[in-house]
Amino acid sequence: MRDASPAKTYALHIGVIVLLFALNFVLPDYHQGLFARIMALAVFAMGYNLLFGYVGLLSLGHAMFFSAGLYGAGLTVYHLGWGVPEAFLAGVACGALLALVIGLLALRTSGVAFMIVTMMFAQVFYLMILYFAGWTGGDQGLVIQQASRVIAIGGVSLDLTNPTVRYMGALALFSVVLLTTLALVRSRFGRVLVAIRENEERTKMLGYDTVANKLIAVVASGVICAASGAAYALLFGYVGSNFASIQYSILPLLWVLLGGAATTLGPFIGTLFMYYVTDITSGFTSAYLLIVGVALILLVLFAPKGIMGSIRERWLGWLP
Amino acid sequence: MTPLLTTKGLSRQFGGLRAVDGVDFALMPGEIRAVIGPNGAGKTTFVSLLSGRIRPSSGAVVFDGVDITAMPAYQRVRLGVAYTFQITSVFANLTVFDNVALPVQRTLTDGRTKGQVRTGVMAALERTGLADRAGTLAAHLSYGHQRLLEVAMGLALKPRLLILDEPTQGLADSEIDNFITLVRGIARDATVLLIEHNMPVVMGLADRITVFNSGKILAEGTPGEIRANTQVQDAYLGATHG
Repeated sequence: MRDASPAKTYALHIGVIVLLFALNFVLPDYHQGLFARIMALAVFAMGYNLLFGYVGLLSLGHAMFFSAGLYGAGLTVYHLGWGVPEAFLAGVACGALLALVIGLLALRTSGVAFMIVTMMFAQVFYLMILYFAGWTGGDQGLVIQQASRVIAIGGVSLDLTNPTVRYMGALALFSVVLLTTLALVRSRFGRVLVAIRENEERTKMLGYDTVANKLIAVVASGVICAASGAAYALLFGYVGSNFASIQYSILPLLWVLLGGAATTLGPFIGTLFMYYVTDITSGFTSAYLLIVGVALILLVLFAPKGIMGSIRERWLGWLP
Repeated sequence: MTPLLTTKGLSRQFGGLRAVDGVDFALMPGEIRAVIGPNGAGKTTFVSLLSGRIRPSSGAVVFDGVDITAMPAYQRVRLGVAYTFQITSVFANLTVFDNVALPVQRTLTDGRTKGQVRTGVMAALERTGLADRAGTLAAHLSYGHQRLLEVAMGLALKPRLLILDEPTQGLADSEIDNFITLVRGIARDATVLLIEHNMPVVMGLADRITVFNSGKILAEGTPGEIRANTQVQDAYLGATHG
């Protein structure tokens, strides 16, 4: 696994990015929009995977990190009139701060207790969004106007409502996060995270402060998920409380499980797969969630390691 | 010469059971010390108190002049106290290389060694004879090789005190001979404390032996002295006098 030449691994990931870049010019409008959405949400899945796949911490509250980014970016644009880059950074900063606080508290627990504690914090966050409806728009949410979603760099202005600009914006974030997580999991720090997942007690006895390492992982995961949320708010112009609901804590878990936990490309593949299964089946029947459910059960039964996990196991052992 | 490690009145209670009971102990730098005793004598609890896996109920542990009684286990490891587990606990789903890379990169981060992770890993694997298995998953190693990997991980921590908890348990006789040679090599630059049941190993390796019984030190001395000690014979070696 680690014996694969780094060149081969990086070539594969850059190949995926180049392919996605090229798809922008061939995809029909509808699919171009869908792909932009998938790439933005795949970033959310990658952030989730860092904690769930590599450290083995199952959180049921990641919607709060996504929506910290979403609201952090959305509200600063909406109420304070901030520009796109500043708002994006505000969203990421909100996610980092929230993840630090939640990490300090939730890491006192592990296993099932960790799931429950993270879920409860996420519910608090969700209810606070509804409670402060005067600012957040409550369950109606807020729409960010086109005029607020233009980045002016020098003389050039990029309008994020333009489909190609939006696609490239999503791709840029996706690429940065994909390559960052790849470098992270191949690093010494990544090795320690996997060791904690495999046997925390043993890792301690090799001289590692496992709590500190887990806290760093929670913050890194929170930052990536918040970046996804902030990008989502700015690219698609909508901020709503449903993104903070329990559904959005479960979805990244499903995407990661489908695509393959602890694989770098799995989160994207899982998000892509789930979106298209939903999209295609909803064209035939209103009971599309039933079909999605069946697809999930089949995958769990026959490919419990997810799509990329199974590919790695059967054919390509060097996949990161 | 000042001892590398001392304990003063070290005790640990589990409910009503005093598993370790007021132990005063001193370990000289460079020696190989064996800890023996019947099952339930408190040997593993004692070394767990030294490594920091368990907190004492009372008493103190001093390592190289520093009181480490309240220090968490991971910090003791950074000072040079390494512990290998009685029950093999290598990272089964990681390669042999990655198992050893973890302790190697720790010593690099702490600035106790210099160089590349790969160099350090291969050095530890060469010493334990596992170099040709670097790419194998630890789970696919034979039991004997997993024990060796456990020792390689301990070695890679560049310990000043290496605690081995029943290292030869489950090894074949041929493997035990190699193991004795390996521990002698380790003792050239580290102090070794081992819990061991296999008497030929103990007698062949140890400079001194400490005998535990009911959480207390029953006797201490050279292998010859321990062999001749009638109290020890009664408690442990089988009470077949003569």
